[in-house]
Amino acid sequence: MFDNFPLWPVRASAGAGNVDALYIFLVALSALMCVAIFTMILVFATMYRRRRGVEAEQIEGSSALEITWSIIPLGIFMVIFLWGAVIYFHERTPPQGASEVYVVGKQWMWKLQHEEGPREINELHVPVGRDVKLIMTSQDVIHSFYIPAFRIKQDVLPGRYSTAWFRATRPGVYHLFCSQYCGTMHSGMIGQVVVMEPAQYQAWLSGGGTTGSLAASGESLFQQLGCPTCHRSDTQGRGPILAGIFGKPVQLEDGRTVIADENYIRESILSPSAKIVSGFKPIMPVFQGLVGEEQLNALVAYIKSLSPAPSGAAGSTSPTPAGTRSQNP
Amino acid sequence: MLSDSPIAVEQHGPELLHHFVDAEQQRDAASLGMWLFLATEVMFFGGMFCAYLIYRYWYYNEFAAGSRSLDIYLGTINTAVLICSSLTVALGVRAAQMGKRKLLVILLLLTIVFGFAFLGIKGVEWYDKYKEHHIPGNSFNVDDLVKDYPQIHIDPRHEQIYFSLYFAMTGLHALHMIIGVGIFIFLTYYAWKGRYTPKYYTPVEMGGLYWHFVDIVWIYLFPLLYLIDRKPLR
Amino acid sequence: MATAAITTERENYLNKEYGIRSWLLTTDHKRIALLYLASITFFFFIGGFFALLIRLELLTPAGDLVQADTYNKLFSMHGQVMIFFFLIPSIPAVLGNFLVPLMIGAKDLAFPRINLLSWYLYIIAGTIYLHCIVTGGVDTGWTFYTPFSTAFSNTRVIEAGISIFIAGFSSILTGLNFVVTIHRMRAPGMTWSRLPLFIWAMYATSIIQLLGTPVLAITLLLVVFERAFNLGIFDPTRGGDPLLFQHLFWFYSHPAVYIMILPAMAVESEVVACFTRKRIFGYNFVAMSSIAIAVFGFLVWAHHMFVAGISLYSALVFSILSYLVAVPSAIKVFNWTATMYKGSISFTTPMLYAFGFIGLFTMGGLTGLFLACLGIDVHVHDTYFVIAHFHYIMVGGAVMGYLGGLHFWWPKISGRMYPEAWGRLAALLVFVGFNLTFFPQFILGYMGMPRRYWQYPPEFQVLNVLSTAGSTILAIGYVLPMVYFLWSMRYGKIASDNPWGAAGLEWKTSSPPPTFNFEEEPEVTWEAYNYEQIPAPAEVNVER
Repeated sequence: MFDNFPLWPVRASAGAGNVDALYIFLVALSALMCVAIFTMILVFATMYRRRRGVEAEQIEGSSALEITWSIIPLGIFMVIFLWGAVIYFHERTPPQGASEVYVVGKQWMWKLQHEEGPREINELHVPVGRDVKLIMTSQDVIHSFYIPAFRIKQDVLPGRYSTAWFRATRPGVYHLFCSQYCGTMHSGMIGQVVVMEPAQYQAWLSGGGTTGSLAASGESLFQQLGCPTCHRSDTQGRGPILAGIFGKPVQLEDGRTVIADENYIRESILSPSAKIVSGFKPIMPVFQGLVGEEQLNALVAYIKSLSPAPSGAAGSTSPTPAGTRSQNP
Repeated sequence: MLSDSPIAVEQHGPELLHHFVDAEQQRDAASLGMWLFLATEVMFFGGMFCAYLIYRYWYYNEFAAGSRSLDIYLGTINTAVLICSSLTVALGVRAAQMGKRKLLVILLLLTIVFGFAFLGIKGVEWYDKYKEHHIPGNSFNVDDLVKDYPQIHIDPRHEQIYFSLYFAMTGLHALHMIIGVGIFIFLTYYAWKGRYTPKYYTPVEMGGLYWHFVDIVWIYLFPLLYLIDRKPLR
Repeated sequence: MATAAITTERENYLNKEYGIRSWLLTTDHKRIALLYLASITFFFFIGGFFALLIRLELLTPAGDLVQADTYNKLFSMHGQVMIFFFLIPSIPAVLGNFLVPLMIGAKDLAFPRINLLSWYLYIIAGTIYLHCIVTGGVDTGWTFYTPFSTAFSNTRVIEAGISIFIAGFSSILTGLNFVVTIHRMRAPGMTWSRLPLFIWAMYATSIIQLLGTPVLAITLLLVVFERAFNLGIFDPTRGGDPLLFQHLFWFYSHPAVYIMILPAMAVESEVVACFTRKRIFGYNFVAMSSIAIAVFGFLVWAHHMFVAGISLYSALVFSILSYLVAVPSAIKVFNWTATMYKGSISFTTPMLYAFGFIGLFTMGGLTGLFLACLGIDVHVHDTYFVIAHFHYIMVGGAVMGYLGGLHFWWPKISGRMYPEAWGRLAALLVFVGFNLTFFPQFILGYMGMPRRYWQYPPEFQVLNVLSTAGSTILAIGYVLPMVYFLWSMRYGKIASDNPWGAAGLEWKTSSPPPTFNFEEEPEVTWEAYNYEQIPAPAEVNVER
């Protein structure tokens, strides 16, 4: 809009328009309320300014008015709530089939890794029109991944994954900010999101020296760490079979059932005794401290690749919203 | 300091504070004030109970193992000690109500003795934990628990959370006990001096309320910390 | 006039005793109120000084005035000082302490010695915090988020935590005193439905102080323990949960904002009634909405955590509850506005602050609707939009309420009138300066400028410059009252018992009141705001 004096960032994602529409509605509503109240006050202040011989009229109140001006705002608030809730629900439900980028935040930089392989620091290249899901964790304190032009933001926590997603709709370069105070160079933990035409993106992908896909490096790490010793592909292993488990329910030996999402995989590597699969013994070694965040991401990507990609249409809901973690209050 | 005007002293005892209309208002104010203060204490301990509930739900095995490592005999004795002390407190309030000064002093002293007994036993328990390296911090070590429970694979980090909460909760409780004992020492002194009569025994009553509250906190702490799972392991 | 009055000056709480011991050992609620007035004003200027440095740094996109670490300390300590050492005590400890017994016809609060203890706890806490500032300060943000505060910050987190822990007890004891006083010490005939709305709002505030502050206390204590003894309750590398900290912290810190605004609403009701010479429209609804705000205020804390990693369903629940808590505030604004209908309105300084309050609180409250809205909050959370929102409420609302109240009751407190022309000028400067400082920040926030940023991209500069310009005007507006209030204590016109012709028991005793408040215990046979029975003063500033 107003190029020289913008009131909002450029809209560069599929969801940005919805957010702005709601925002403009709220601005208009607020302006209306302010004008109404301020005008009334102005009018009353003028009409009923103190004049000699004119007494104030004592009015106790009016239940009818009170109820009216409680119910109507409440109704409007519920509309705003619902509109915002729908947008939020959509924002927190990444569509099936989205391509994935693993993000690691640390004081004070962003490390990103595409599933196709390339790694970036403080920059994220994406093609226009593709659903991109971010799987994020922090190496130290809480950070937050914020792209104003996409209207998305998600806190990035140590010890677990959090997710966000977007579909870029406009080529260009946009700000990436850390928006959760994280220490000295919090305001320096910024970067850019580069949205490219699909053809340019392919070119960029193949431009750098390929190190193989993230899942491939995860596989080699899997071998290196000796995981296949117990996690065999037959039922003879001392550990559960890993093929096909991602996204499916898992029965634990204490009776609970959990969904094998990214956080479950991550926790099973770092703290295996937290959730023992039914029928197995708690003998898996603890890898906390032995694998770094990026290696974890690679392992998670590999294990995910052992399950068939869900074939649902983009936007269909999964059994549990993908933004939830295995444990949360 | 504001002084009582002569008229006030004539019509009421010196314990009536000048800003109150009469003794009943003063007593009602004190009572409401103490109950409100106890409500704030509930909120204060509540934060820790909240943390406890969440971590126990997540780390049940470690909490159970930590719980079993506490001395249930000492814990039970302490519970009995506190319940007896609440009895002596209640009887003391009654003694004050009936004007029995000597009995009141004896009961208050007994309460203090019970209080010290509780603190002493708690000190012994803490010392045991110290010897077993179960105090969180740099020398924290739960290899003994890991060894004792091979089938449930204790994560030492989660175990440390149990013990952190154990020490925070029993520590704050003990602090409140110490304050309670202090209050009762004052009460005993003034009771011995004859300050409390059937017409004015509000401090005894209020001190009693506080003591009962600290006792109730323990009644919750005991099962939550000591009795998580005392069944023999499969 | 002033000199002649000395020989005939009645004995009041100010001249009853002289000497520093009579002040430092007083149990008179009115003197304690003045002790608080001096102390919180001191901390207001410290917090304000930090704010000025922040705004100066933000004149340019680059970080070129102070180092990054220093800037981080500045905004952290600005927040902590302003919230814990200025705003939370402000109206309750100054105006509340002074007025609650007077308004209900009592001789003092229920527990005068605990009242003095409250002040000493505040002073001890403040001293510790000052020590914290000069020995390096704290850089965790006012919110102490873990694991940064427990495991990564190299600043004086433990000291700041202990300081605020102690300040919390000052707040709790004040609240306890007020609740017991209002329940047990009302004069004969002062039924609940005859109480001034100021008392209803202070009562609601006190309930929040009582029940919410202990949770902050235990949370800060756990942070201190974690840091001091290397525990792991909030540290994910050791099995802890950083989100647990956030839940516990916000469980207090959200109701805390109602501790800050309800007293300003309390003042608003009294000032609007007096300068429209009318009973507040909808007394019952205004009284009940204070209670409703206190109750609902405890149910919405996780609206600070919509993007923190809580579940989708929690977010939905907290969003809808947040809209519910907005309704009672809206009701109050409508009722104050309706009171002006067919009133007889004077434009004194307190009334100017009251007008400003309605305007700015309305704007701040409306922007709260934006933040409660899940879809919008994702975009504006942790940006300058939030900063603008809470400053509109806390500064545009609470501080204007505080200043308006100080001006309104100044004659009662000091026995003098402040200079009206200067009062109006300061009110105007505050209003203009405030809007210029904070309105641009709404735009900055939606544009995407995150908060707590020492340096920022150049496209945000123009709005930042506007904001800093406004802050200088605001600063002048704040300094002026300090100067003329002090001036008035010596040279101000002597005030009569009831210079404004206001309703309320406090105006039925002398200005300043005697130590025991009333010559005789009042007996109330009239409803609150009985303006039809009170003659309007001939002039607004009345000389004896």
